[in-house]
Amino acid sequence: MRGYLIRRLLGMAVVIFLVLTIAFIIVRLAPGDPAALMLGPEATAEDAAELRRQLGLDRPIIVQYLAFMGNAVRGDLGTSIFFRQPVTEVLLGRAEPTVFLSLFSLIIALIIAVPIGIYVAYRRGSFLDQAAISTAMLAASVPSFWTGLMLQRYLATDLGWFPASGYGGPDALFWERMRHLLLPSIVLGIVNSALILRFTRTSMLDILGEDFIRTARSKGMGEMRVLLRHALKNAAIPIITVIGLTFALLVSGAVVTERVFNIPGMGNLVVSAVLRRDYPVIQGTLIVVASLYVLINLLTDLAYLLVDKRVRY
Amino acid sequence: MAGAPASPIEVRFLDLLFSRRAVLVALVFLSVIVVLCACAPWVARGDPDQMNVRARLTEPGAEYWLGADAFGRDVASRLLYAGRVSLGVGLGVAALSSLVGIAIGLCAGFFRRLDAPLSRLVDAMMAFPDILLAIALVSIMGGSAINVIIALSIVYAPRIARVVRASTLVIRELPFVEAATALGVTTPSIMVRHVLPNILSPIIVQATFIFAYAMLAEAGLSFLGVGIDPSTPTWGTMVNEGRQYLDQAMFLILLPGLAISISVLALQLIGDGLRDALDPRLARDL
Repeated sequence: MRGYLIRRLLGMAVVIFLVLTIAFIIVRLAPGDPAALMLGPEATAEDAAELRRQLGLDRPIIVQYLAFMGNAVRGDLGTSIFFRQPVTEVLLGRAEPTVFLSLFSLIIALIIAVPIGIYVAYRRGSFLDQAAISTAMLAASVPSFWTGLMLQRYLATDLGWFPASGYGGPDALFWERMRHLLLPSIVLGIVNSALILRFTRTSMLDILGEDFIRTARSKGMGEMRVLLRHALKNAAIPIITVIGLTFALLVSGAVVTERVFNIPGMGNLVVSAVLRRDYPVIQGTLIVVASLYVLINLLTDLAYLLVDKRVRY
Repeated sequence: MAGAPASPIEVRFLDLLFSRRAVLVALVFLSVIVVLCACAPWVARGDPDQMNVRARLTEPGAEYWLGADAFGRDVASRLLYAGRVSLGVGLGVAALSSLVGIAIGLCAGFFRRLDAPLSRLVDAMMAFPDILLAIALVSIMGGSAINVIIALSIVYAPRIARVVRASTLVIRELPFVEAATALGVTTPSIMVRHVLPNILSPIIVQATFIFAYAMLAEAGLSFLGVGIDPSTPTWGTMVNEGRQYLDQAMFLILLPGLAISISVLALQLIGDGLRDALDPRLARDL
C-alpha cells in the first residue's frame, strides 16, 4: 500500500511538472510584449524595458523557466496584467461560484444518472432501456450553452422559477447566491448525467451477469436487495472512476455555463482574460485546474480501497 | 466495366454497421447535412452576408424560409455556409489529431524507451479540460479556422495517442511482426506497413467521436467569442449572435443549435455503429 502510494505520488509529481512546463511554454508563445501589455498603449519604450527588467523577462528563457517553476511550487502563479493582483488571489476570489456550481451539478447528475442507470440495466432491452440510452446520447450531443439558453428562456424568464442570471449582487447572502446557481447546475447536471448513466448501466450489466448475483437470487434474496446490496456495491468502482473523469467535463461545462448565466466564476474569468490578453490569469487557471484533475484522479484511485475490499495496492 | 464483387468481410462489415437502424438514419441525416453545406453556393438562396435592414428579425416564411437575423441576413443561407466551417473544423481536427496521435502512439508503443516520457506527456495534456486548453491555445495563435483546427488537434491528439499506444503494445508482440523483423524489414516500415493497418479500427472509431467532440468544442469557442473570427459564420457564432434576441426571435438560436445537435448526435451514433462493426469484441451494450 505504502509503495503504491509513493509510486502514485511520484507519477503525479511528474505529470504536474509537465503541466507547469506546458503552461509556461503556451504563455511564452503568446505574441506581443507582456510588459507593454501591462503598461498599456501610453507607455514609453523605456517604461516597458524597466518593467521587463523588474519582471525578469530580460533574463535568458531557461532562467525564467526555473524561476517560474520555483514560484509555482511555492504557490506564486504571477501577477494578473488586468487586476494588478497575484493570480492566486484573483482565482481564489472567483472560486466560490465555480466550486459550488461543479459540486451541485455533480450531485444533480448523480441523482439523475445512477438510479436510472441501475434500473435500465436491470430492465435490459426494454423500451425504457432504449429510451434512456437514446436520451443520454442526445444529452451528450446538445451543446451545454444551447441547453442553458433554452432553459433560461423557459424556466427563468417565462415561468420565473429561477433567477435568470447573475450571482445575486455583491451583498447577496450565501443562500441567495446559491439560489442563482440552481438553474446553471441543472443544465450542467443534465449534460454530465449522460456519461454517468452510460457508465452506471454498463457496470451494472457486467455485475448482474456475475455468478454471485445468480447465487444471491438462488438463495431467494429479494430483487431489491440483490440490486442494492450486491450489485450496486460492486459496480461502485467504475462509477467512482467516471465521477473522476467527469471533473474535466464539469470544468469545461462550467466555463461555458458561467458565461451563459453571467456568473462571476473562474470560467467567466478565463474567457474575460482571453479577451483582455491577461496571459498570467489564463496560465494560472490552466495550472490550477489541471493539478486538481490529477489530484482528483489520485483520490478516486484511493477511494477504491474504501469501497472494494478486494482491491489491494 | 463491372465492379469487383464485394468480399465477404466487406459485406459482413456493412451488415453489422447497418444492423442498427439508428446508424442508417444517422448516416442519411449527416450525408444530407454535409451535401447541403458543401453545395451551399448553389443551394443557398443568397449571399449569407447580404444585409436587408427592413427584413430584420423576420420570422420564417415565404420570403425567408428560415427567417432573417438582426441585420436582415438570410438565416438559411448563413446556416449552410456556417455548416461548411463547423463541419470542416470537425473533420480537420479528426484528421490532424489522428495523424499526430498515430505518430505519438506508434512511437510510445513501439519504442520502450520512449514509452514512459510520451505516456506522461499524454497524461499531462489530458489533465487540461478540452475547452480550457483550446481557449488558451486559440488566444495565443489567433482566431482563424486553421488555428482553431490546430488548437483542437493539440487537445484531442492525446486521446488518439492513448488508443494507438495500447493497440501497438499488443500487435508488437505478434509473430508476424517478429517475422518481419527477422526478414530485415526496417522499423519505420514495420510500424507503417504492418502495425498501423492492424490498429486502424480503433483509430477510425475514436476519430469519429473526436469529429463530434471537436464540433461541440468549436461551437463552444465561437459561442464564447474566443474561437473563429466572428465575421466568419459558424453555428456557434450564430447562437451567440442570436442570444440577444432570445425573447423576440427564438429561431435565431433554435436552428443553429439544432444543426449542431443533429450533426453531433449522428456522428456519435455512427461512431457507436463503427465500433460494433469494426471490432465486435469491443462492442459494449451501450
